[in-house]
Formats: sequence, C-alpha cells, structure tokens
Amino acid sequence: MNTQTSVLNIQDLVVDFDTPDGVVHAVKGVSMAIAPGEIVAIVGESGSGKSQIAMSVLGILASNGKASGKILFNDQDILHLPRKELNSIRGSKISIIFQEPMTSLDPLYRVGEQIMEPLRAHKGLSRSEAKKRALELMRQVQIPDPERRFKSFPNEMSGGQRQRIMIALALANEPDILIADEPTTALDVTTQAEILKLLAELNKQLGMSIVFITHDLGIVEAFAERVYVMQSGEVKEFGSTNAIFKTPKTEYTKTLLDAEPEGAKEPVKKTQDIVLETEKMDVVYGHAPRFLQKDTRFHAVKDTSLRLHKGQTIGLVGESGSGKSTLGRALLRLTESTGKIVYLGNNIDKVPLKSLKPLREELQMVFQDPYGSLSPRMTVLNIVEEGLQTHKPQLSKVERQKLSLSTLEKVGLDPSVRNRFPHEFSGGQRQRIAIARAMVLQPKVVVLDEPTSALDRTVQKEVLELLRSLQSEFSLSYIFISHDLAVIKVMADYVMVMKNGKIIEEGVTQEIFERPRQNYTKSLITSSFNLKELLSEV
Amino acid sequence: MTETVLTHDNKPSEGVVKGRSLLDTALLRLKRNRAAMVSLWVIIGMTLAAIIGPAVSTHSYDEVYNHFVGEKPSIGAYPKQEQITPITERALSRARVDMEDINISKDNVKISVVNRKQEPLDPRITRYLMRADIFQNVSLEILKADPQRGVISADIKPLRFLMGTDQNGRDLLTRILVSLRISLMVGALATGVALIIGVTYGAVSGFVGGNIDNLMMRFVDLLYSLPFVFFVILLVVFFGNNIFLIFIAVGCIQWLDMARIVRGQTLQLKQQEFVQASEALGVNQGNIIKRHIIPNLAGTVVVYMTLLIPRVILLESFLSFLGLGVQEPLTSLGVLIAEGARYMRNDPYLLIFPALTMSILLFALNFLGDGLRDALDPKDR
Repeated sequence: MNTQTSVLNIQDLVVDFDTPDGVVHAVKGVSMAIAPGEIVAIVGESGSGKSQIAMSVLGILASNGKASGKILFNDQDILHLPRKELNSIRGSKISIIFQEPMTSLDPLYRVGEQIMEPLRAHKGLSRSEAKKRALELMRQVQIPDPERRFKSFPNEMSGGQRQRIMIALALANEPDILIADEPTTALDVTTQAEILKLLAELNKQLGMSIVFITHDLGIVEAFAERVYVMQSGEVKEFGSTNAIFKTPKTEYTKTLLDAEPEGAKEPVKKTQDIVLETEKMDVVYGHAPRFLQKDTRFHAVKDTSLRLHKGQTIGLVGESGSGKSTLGRALLRLTESTGKIVYLGNNIDKVPLKSLKPLREELQMVFQDPYGSLSPRMTVLNIVEEGLQTHKPQLSKVERQKLSLSTLEKVGLDPSVRNRFPHEFSGGQRQRIAIARAMVLQPKVVVLDEPTSALDRTVQKEVLELLRSLQSEFSLSYIFISHDLAVIKVMADYVMVMKNGKIIEEGVTQEIFERPRQNYTKSLITSSFNLKELLSEV
Repeated sequence: MTETVLTHDNKPSEGVVKGRSLLDTALLRLKRNRAAMVSLWVIIGMTLAAIIGPAVSTHSYDEVYNHFVGEKPSIGAYPKQEQITPITERALSRARVDMEDINISKDNVKISVVNRKQEPLDPRITRYLMRADIFQNVSLEILKADPQRGVISADIKPLRFLMGTDQNGRDLLTRILVSLRISLMVGALATGVALIIGVTYGAVSGFVGGNIDNLMMRFVDLLYSLPFVFFVILLVVFFGNNIFLIFIAVGCIQWLDMARIVRGQTLQLKQQEFVQASEALGVNQGNIIKRHIIPNLAGTVVVYMTLLIPRVILLESFLSFLGLGVQEPLTSLGVLIAEGARYMRNDPYLLIFPALTMSILLFALNFLGDGLRDALDPKDR
C-alpha cells in the first residue's frame, strides 16, 4: 500500500502484555492503511486484539503493555513520540469514542462544559466562542434542543444521547481520523441505527476517516467500505466489504459469516399444558409521597398478562428500560408485584417468600452478564452444586458432585475443569457454567435474561444450540428476554413486544416479523434487519 | 474426595485441572512487589523475635541490675575492668568485711578480705558477692593461721547489654522484645475482634437493608459518639487495669469503621448478578452472606486489616503513654518511648531503639498493606 495516500499507516505493529502468567502477545505484527475519508472496519471476536490497535495508535495502552513497529500518521511515526508531542495529535487530529457511554462522561460536570473544555484547551477559544462552537457541535450530532441540553448532567441523558455527546467531543477539534471502538454495542438497535446514520453523515460532511471496531458483521456490511478481519492478534483477511462478504477467502471469515443465528421454532400446540400464567401484573418501584419524601413511584411493568405453555419459548423484546427484565424477575417473584401469578394451577403470588423455596427449584433464571453472574471466589463445581445443596440436602457429597459433573458435561464443558475459577474461562464458557447452574436442578421454566448479548456471534450460536437441545431434551419452557431481534426470531415461537412497561404487540413469531402492526415494532425490525437500506439513505 | 467421583466417567485423576484462585494470582503479584515482600519478611522476623526472643535472651525483662543503671549500648561485655573494684567494695562493705587486696585477671578475681570485727570470717559472706550480679562460683578460703582473714575467689559473669540498660538497670533489648510481643498481640487481637464483629455486623446490615440496616447503622453512629479515652478510663475504673481490657476496648472502637466499610461493599455486592442468581436458586440469606458476600469482601477487609494493625498499635502506645495501658514491669513500645523521651538528653538510645523498632514495624505493615491492596485489585492486571 502506498504511504502517500493514507492518513494512517500501521506497519508490523506488535503489542505484548506482561502479565503474571507470562507475556501475552495481543497483536502479532499487524499492518493496515487507512485512506483519507474512508470508513474502515476492524472485525474480530473479543480477544482478537482489535481494540489494542486503537489503544496503541492513541498511546493509551495499559501500563504493562508494550507496542513496537511503526504507526505513521501523515508519514510521521507517532508510536515513539514523546508524550508532549503526542498530545498535540491525539484528541485533536485523531480522536476516539468508546463503548460505554455511561462511564466515559464525568458525572459531575454539565455536558456543555465537557464539550467546551477541549475547545478552550486545544484551540484557546474564549468562553463565549467555545460555547458557540459547542452548541454547533451538539446540533451537528443532532441533539434535540441543544440550548437546554447544554446545561444537562450526563445522568439526565439516555445512552444514545450520551454517545452523541461523546461523538461531539471527538469532533470538537475536527479530527482527520475518528476511531470508534464498539460505539454502539451498549445501545438499543434503534439507537444504534441512528448513531450509525449520524456517523455516516459526518463522514460525508467532514471527510474524516472512520476506523470502526466491532464484532457485529451486520454493521460492517451496511457501514464500512473496507474490512480487516482479525483473529488472535493477526489480520486474517482484508479487502473491500463486498468482496469479503461475497467471496470470503479464509475459513475463519467463513465461520464468522456463518455465525448469524439461524433456524426457527415451531409454535407449540394450544392444547399443551400451561405452566406459567400471569394476569394483570403490575410492578411499581419506589414509594408514594410521604412525610418529607418525594413520590418516587415508577411503574416498571403495567397490566401485563402472559401465558407460557409447556415446551414454549416466549420472546420478550424491547429496548432497555422497557421493563422486560423486570417482568422476567417478577414472574419468578424475585421482584414484588401485584396481580395473579399461576404456576401449574397454583396461585403463587400470595405465597410468602419464605415458603417459595420448593418453587425455586423448578423456576430458574440465567443472567445476561457471564462475568457478573458467577461469584469470582467459588470454583465451577461449587457454583453448580450450590442449588443442589439448597434443594436436595439429602444427597451425599459424592452424589451431588456426580450430578453436577454430568450437568457440566451436558452443557459441553469438560468435567476436569471443576476446580477452576470463573475468571479463567471465556465468556461463552462462563455462560455455559451459568446454564449448568440452572439446569442441574432440572427446572420446568427458565427465564433467560439476555443470555447471549455479551457473547461473540460464533459463541452465541453455540450457546443458542445448547439452549435448544436442552429444551427439547427436558421439554423446558423458556421466557427469552432479548433486545436482539435476530436471536428472538430463531429462538422464540411466540413474541411479545414491550415498550414503557406495556406489552404493545404479541403474536406468533413468524407473524410478528412478517406483518408487524405497530410502528414501534416496525422500527425495531428495520433497525435490526435492514440496516443497509437505512444507511443507504445517507 | 474428588477421586471417588471421577470413577463414574473413568477418567484419571490427573485430568483434574487445579484452578488458580484470585488469591493465588494476588500472591503472585505480591511476590513481584519488592517493598511488600521485604516488609512481609520483616514482619515475620519481628513476630518470631517477639515470640521466642524473650525466652532466648539471657536477661529477664524485669531483672534489675543495680550496678548497671543507664549503661550505654555496647557489644562488649560488662562489667568493665574499672567497674569491678567499686562493685566488689560495695558488696563487701555490706558484708562488713574490708578488702585488703584485689587481683583481677581476665575472668576471675581473687580478693583478700579481713573481718571488721575481731571474729572469724563467716562463710556466708559469699552471698553478698553473688547478689552483685557480676560474680559466679564464689568461694571463700579462710586462712588457717588467721581465721579473721581469707581469700575469696570468684569468676566474673560476663553480661551483655546490646542496647544498654534503662534507668532501673534493666536490659533494654529484652524489654523491647517483650514490648514488641505486647504490641503485636494487641494489634492482632484487637484487629481480630474488630474483624469478626465488624465484618459480620456490616455484612448483615448491608445485605438485609431497609429499616434494619437503618437501625443497625444508627447504633454504630451512637457508639461513634462515645469518646474513646473516656470509655477506656471507665473500663479501667470498673474492672481495674488489665491488658485484656485494652484489647477489648480497642477492638470495640475499631470495629465501627470496619462495619461501615463492609456495609458499603456489601451494598455494592448485593447488586451483582451472582448474588441475584443465588437468590433465584432459593439459597437462604445466611448462606448467601456466608458463601457469596463474605468471600468477596476478603480483598477490602485484608487491606483494611493491615492498615488497622498499625493504628491499633499506635492507640495502645497512646494509652500506655497516658498510663492507662500496660503496667510496670510489663512494658510496651509506647511505654518505652514515653520513658525514653524523658531521658532523651542524657541517654538518647533509650528513645532511639524503641522508636526505631516501632517505625520499622509500622513502615513494614503499611508497605504490606499497600502491596496487598494493589495485588488484590482485580482491575490492576
């Protein structure tokens, strides 16, 4: 590649990390070139080293990391620049936006002030000039009513709006390159579509290059012009988006492309037994106004009725904050609710919490975050057998372990890992452990709260397969909560769409996806499946 | 225990992979922190010295050497050559005999004595010399020709005061070792008390939450408002001066901080999904606290503990300084420093040695605490 035509030229970049377990080679000799005004995607699964490239470019590697090779920005090697000179480039010529819009803004300052700060520092603008420019930027990233929003604190804004503020911050000094490290992973699909649209527009208007780091091939296909595919620290394949998607050359790219969830679930017969049923369920957080305290009531779930048949999978879809997780928890009586809950013909909504113990065995839950849902100080075996200790105290230690180990095998884990600790496993393996923990008790109903959202697509596919085979083996009933419509489409036979705590639309999966009635449902479906069309409007 | 399980899938027990716990990782990281490792060995060395030191020492901590009051630290042995004659004279004058001649060799003296009264010598006068600390194997040979005279021969007992002696003629090194024992004991016991009460109280309060949490924390506030010194004086007045009382008093005050820290951490842990997962499994609250909350508090607690020990040691020293703590002849670092400060002008070593010991101990504990904090922080990989 010709260095003359590229703003950023990375040559033989090697990044090593010095850890207690020895040296980890995160990036092993990567070269890439980014032309002016180009949108380039770096795709790869977690741990492939794609973020480390971005970190090296900006000189913000963790303290135990060491980068070597060359990073040429406009033919100047910035990898070995002294900090002072690097500071004049990063943040102004090259800027970055991160995944977590919730934590990358300082909660103590108004967002307007935060946009003004780099303007005044880098460009030496006066207060009023900086404010003018900040408002202009906020308009540019399409924040409604910027004058009012200027005075808001980050916690008063939604995730999408915060990400817009982050983009405004990154744009403040008109960079030549914008590095976006999974900028939409934490956002809802509709918000994701809006942010991508915004980035595409900014690319057209300002002519800056965008390096887009993601694990989501759907985004890459719709958004990027060229793609670098990375695996374990190496570039496996690169080329134009079209070429890569139409004629992938390496096995790895093919598996990545194949990893889109597929299949469908036949609806269960109406005659099947109803295992779990709710009527007019309401969940209210907070309390009514009382002496010296404000009204903190928040209606998380409103007037919801649901009927789960044996062997059925109900998909609960909705954006974050729509109350779908709360509903899932309330079904298992992990959150207090009003309204009827019937499990196998028995009313369980009035049963005192203490006498619910026998039910806990049959109603299980799998959580979203495979990193947070396993206690870091317990071994795999201890985690899996905890439920047995609680519910089947009559079992001897040996029987308990035998059962736990066979469950581990069933979820596809080698029983020899029993004495290991969760942090030694990958996300997918951890989620398998979490599933084993729920399955060891042989439950009848499992609430799956975003069980695959934190996983890479290829791993996600395996976990979905596992859930499917477990369902058919034990005729389990699932409540499958997800914001990912692609997953819901293949896993659920019945879909309920939630918005602001209410079920606004429900029906058999195929029907909902083919003939959505509500506008909200339609926009959800377009943002997840027709991203390309949406972006081609730009 | 695991082998029995393995037979069902006929796998060899070598197949079981031993996991590396967070603690192992932390230890590994601690080992790379040189300051913390040196501190760890210093603390281990000091603890060993405190435990076996006083027993090994040739002096007892409360043994008073009347002839060696306020001796300077020295590697050489006492008595010095020039000290022997006056010490002997004094001892003999108590025995009411006069010294006619003294012949001092390297480790032996020969003294010719004569009785002041016109009587034969009493063989029991040797006891007076034995009491002078510096002689052993004293024997008296009464002259046959004149029973009023005799020759005493005695071996000189070499005494070493590596750090000198205090104003009462007690060996400072032994006293420092004993005081180190007391200080470490106070540190460990009071911290233990604070740990047990604080962690349990804080974990329960944080985990149960709601009004009970409110109530429990207001009780802590109540105890906070109690002035500490007043509390100790009250205890001393009612129960007399007892070292264990000090442990209890210090522990009783220090658990309050621990409870607050643990409660805060628990509130955070409670939100973690693995705790919710256990709730969904139907595990009862006691077991959740035992299995999930407390093990995950370990990092915070260990670090706080290493910072608490020096604080407790200082507190004990402060109390002893005021005269509320350890009583003579037992001693603690605080008492030694207080005494040393009094004689600072003439005998600075009385202040220097205890203060040095205390400083090294506190530095080591603080470095170790810092090292542990870094080692146990999972984010700092």
